Amino acid sequence: MVMRPLDRKLVRDLFHLRGQVVAIALVVACGVATVVTTRTAYESLVSARADYYARYRFADVFAHLERAPDVLRARIAEIPGVAAVETRVVADVTLDVPGLSEPAAGRLLSLPDGADPRLNAVHLRGGRPLDASRRDEVLVSEAFAQANHLRVGDAIGAVLNGRWERLRIVGIALSPEYIYEIRPADLFPDPRRFGVLWMSRAALGPAFDLDGAFNDVSLALVPEANQEEVIARVDRLLERHGGLGAYGRDEQVSARFIEDEIAQNRVTGTVLPAIFLGVAAFLLHIVLSRLVSTQREQIAVLKAFGYPKRTVALHYLLLAMTAVAIGALLGIGLGLWLGSLVNGVYREFYRFPRFPYEPGAAAVAIAVGVSALAAALGALSAVLRVLDLPPAEAMRPEPPARFRAGWIERAGLLRRLATPGRMVARNLSRRPVRAGLSVLGLALAVAILILARFFSDAIQTLSDVQFRSAQREDVAVSFHRPLSSHARFELAALPGVLSSETYRAVPARIRFEHHSRRVAVMGLHAQPSLRRIVGRDGRPVSLPADGAVLTSHLARLLHVEPGDVVTLEVLEGRRPALTVRVTTLADELLGLNVYLEDRALARLLEEEGSVSGAFLRVDAAASDALHQRLKRMPAVAGVGNRLAALASFEATLARNLGVMNGILVAFSCVIAAAMVYNSARIALSERSRELASLRVLGFSQREVTQMLLGEQAMLLVLALPLGFWIGHGLAKLLADAYAWELFRMPLVVTPRTYAYASLIAVLAALGSGALVRHRLRGLDLVASLKSRD
Amino acid sequence: MVSAGAKDVAVREALFEARGLSKTYVVGEVVVSALAGVDLDLFRGELVVLLGPSGSGKSTLLNILGGLDVPTHGRVRFLHHDLTNAGEEILTRFRREHVGFVFQFYNLIPSLTARENVALVTEIAARSMPPDEALGLVGLADRLDHFPAQLSGGEQQRVAIARAVAKRPDVLLCDEPTGALDCETGKRVLEVLSRANQELGTTTAVITHNAAIAGMADRVIRMRSGSITGIQVNEQRVHPAELEW
Ligand SMILES: Nc1ncnc2c1ncn2[C@@H]1O[C@H](COP(=O)(O)OP(=O)(O)O)[C@@H](O)[C@H]1O
Ligand SMILES: [Mg+2]
Repeated sequence: MVMRPLDRKLVRDLFHLRGQVVAIALVVACGVATVVTTRTAYESLVSARADYYARYRFADVFAHLERAPDVLRARIAEIPGVAAVETRVVADVTLDVPGLSEPAAGRLLSLPDGADPRLNAVHLRGGRPLDASRRDEVLVSEAFAQANHLRVGDAIGAVLNGRWERLRIVGIALSPEYIYEIRPADLFPDPRRFGVLWMSRAALGPAFDLDGAFNDVSLALVPEANQEEVIARVDRLLERHGGLGAYGRDEQVSARFIEDEIAQNRVTGTVLPAIFLGVAAFLLHIVLSRLVSTQREQIAVLKAFGYPKRTVALHYLLLAMTAVAIGALLGIGLGLWLGSLVNGVYREFYRFPRFPYEPGAAAVAIAVGVSALAAALGALSAVLRVLDLPPAEAMRPEPPARFRAGWIERAGLLRRLATPGRMVARNLSRRPVRAGLSVLGLALAVAILILARFFSDAIQTLSDVQFRSAQREDVAVSFHRPLSSHARFELAALPGVLSSETYRAVPARIRFEHHSRRVAVMGLHAQPSLRRIVGRDGRPVSLPADGAVLTSHLARLLHVEPGDVVTLEVLEGRRPALTVRVTTLADELLGLNVYLEDRALARLLEEEGSVSGAFLRVDAAASDALHQRLKRMPAVAGVGNRLAALASFEATLARNLGVMNGILVAFSCVIAAAMVYNSARIALSERSRELASLRVLGFSQREVTQMLLGEQAMLLVLALPLGFWIGHGLAKLLADAYAWELFRMPLVVTPRTYAYASLIAVLAALGSGALVRHRLRGLDLVASLKSRD
Repeated sequence: MVSAGAKDVAVREALFEARGLSKTYVVGEVVVSALAGVDLDLFRGELVVLLGPSGSGKSTLLNILGGLDVPTHGRVRFLHHDLTNAGEEILTRFRREHVGFVFQFYNLIPSLTARENVALVTEIAARSMPPDEALGLVGLADRLDHFPAQLSGGEQQRVAIARAVAKRPDVLLCDEPTGALDCETGKRVLEVLSRANQELGTTTAVITHNAAIAGMADRVIRMRSGSITGIQVNEQRVHPAELEW
């Protein structure tokens, strides 16, 4: 095919501008890659989830209770809107895992004997199904088995209702209830210390005195069911049986985590590409405006010869589109690759029978659409100028007067008088708008660098606040049921325990007006030293003698403000409904919590200081002995270890966010370099005539280079504080957008981050400076003086 | 007594008819009158030279005739078309089909070769000649694949003329085509223009403030301060090579 002359011009212009075209393409590639990565990653997650939930009959409503006879099942099934009901026995036990000194927590779930469960079916990864006639067989969850190197045929120890038993692993399994396998009260998975195990109902029922009875029920609803209504009815039926409150998938931990991950990805996949593509549009705008002004006469001549202005404008739009299309193609490829990496990380955390990376056409279409939009936006003003340019321009013999006239003379005058610094300043002040745009572009680059680092800062802060300021114990012990306050002395007598602090945790439904939420109400010491309530600023919040402290995010969800009176419907024991005034909100970063002073809680519950667990400070030397004891204490339901939790936090959330963060840091460096390079490159082309004149006047190569780069340095110095400010603003935008039930993003930008952003920007400037110096050396003095522009 | 030349002119068809053309520019608070009531006919096949000091309104007049600009008052007709109230679309089509321009600063597209610069225009025109032929006409058959930066000023201007005549326009409008050229080179360019006028019969208008060029024209139109001060008919056209300045 023969190329038309205008197309040739397009190709040659693109080649001539290749440095800037590459810069723009790279920025677009980053934006498109973030769209494609995040969208394909979460679309794969969404489709794997939908498939898994449907094929393994994931329940819609869940409820735990003390004990109910099997006959109640039929009553639950009669509730309008209920499609299926499955009852079972669930028990939290302490496990003794070979090779693990501290006790692990296990959640034992019963499976119907010789039948598939009606809901929450398991997927067998290895081994064989349970044999109902054997009482010691278990299936273990894949994550737990892998973390502890457990294989089919291995045995683990467990304390079942006070009796120590040996359980034989016959199979490795997955369940839609535990795609994200996490201990109920935890925030991060710790597969070494928490596992799900399945046992036959025939074995588990008798072990927990639940023969012919159940303590857990799951429901599937018909599509048109009113979930609220069903939950209310289930709660009423279970009330007499110690029901802990039914809840939907929105409060089911694993489902919640996945939902939050998807939501988080949606934010990331929207905010970041918007910023990147905004930057691309900005770069395009600068490059094209510059191009249109140097090609004024060419545009005029095309029009004079009868090219319709549409065609001419389209030519420049195509230029923008081509640069963006190159970037989009690159970005799509990169995005698909990164998407498969993210999918790989997801596979470690989210256990599906099948979790393929299946990028959809929609993600690519969206990426193409938004990048075309960026191109159009970036090209808009240039194209409008092309449309407006009068064709008579080409006929006019002299170029319009430019305020550059007289420069040479003045430069001659200033030659001896002015320091290069004064000249630089004069140049900048002569073109304030252009200088302003350059400063803005550089500032955006700095801001994006800050934004990228902000993620690590936030995670670091999160972990500092949680694992250093709030949690200060070595070991946290929880009991199966509340014990009398004497337990405290027994704990203190255990080997290695230096000090202890007990707490009371009561399952409750907190209600305010028509909003409600299932929570664990925590009764803590008035002046806790081992477990404190800490706001996002890192400062502890003190407990009032009367009234409750709520996590700010919970207060937001319930529309509660300090001074409001909330109802706590206790879901154990006598099940009283307590009314409590909310006195303080704690801006906590993790979880949704309700705190009372332990004595106040005891008063409300009319108890004599029962305890649900304790935080212990432990002598490290004795910790093995302590763990050995805890493993076999029947009262102990779970043992948490702060350092282990910290390690797992860093290994999981940090790693999970780490991939995205790595991408972001790399992308921000690319964008910063592109911005800085572009700014220097434009300065060069704009000033080459001027600089050549100076050279003709006798300035040395070095002096001219210094003048040009000095100007760039000045721009950068102006851009840094502005970039800090914009970066902080963007971080705030993101911190506000990242507010999930499980964790919030703290707004912290550390001095190190500012320093880092400045360093990268300066490095990019030095690199671009080297390129520009190289170009300047090749500057053809005669040609640049001869050219009209 | 009626001279042969004048008689010829009288029977020729008027390509352009301009009546009472005026053009004013408002620059800030100042109103500049670039044209003040100009009447002019251009006849098919003739070569006219527009002569006048700089600022006298020559470019403005030519721009209006060429459909690059519109008058503030007055009328312009091209054959049977009224250009006065024509919109952007019609003017664009008019320029594309009927007008060729040559500018003082050549205005070649630097990223296109000589041949491509010509093709740029021939490809949107209906009755054009091949770019090679047009470049042959201006004596640049051996410079087809040179970029403007690789050509001298005179060569660039000849490419510009090839570009203008290649589409066989009805009228060729040249605004100071030799303004940026030295004498010898300028003559070569004028020769090319004169040849194109004679061989292709293209009506040609050449702007200059150089009175010496007037000899090559059929008619010389003198302008001053936005008005036509006189029209001189040359009985005999002087060959550009014989012009002296
Ligand atoms: N775009 C414009 N804006 C303002 N004044 C103009 C413009 N174009 C031309 N003029 C003025 O109109 C007058 C005639 O200009 P022009 O036709 O270019 O003269 P010539 O071509 O004879 O040198 C001059 O005074 C010039 O300054
Ligand atoms: Mg002029």
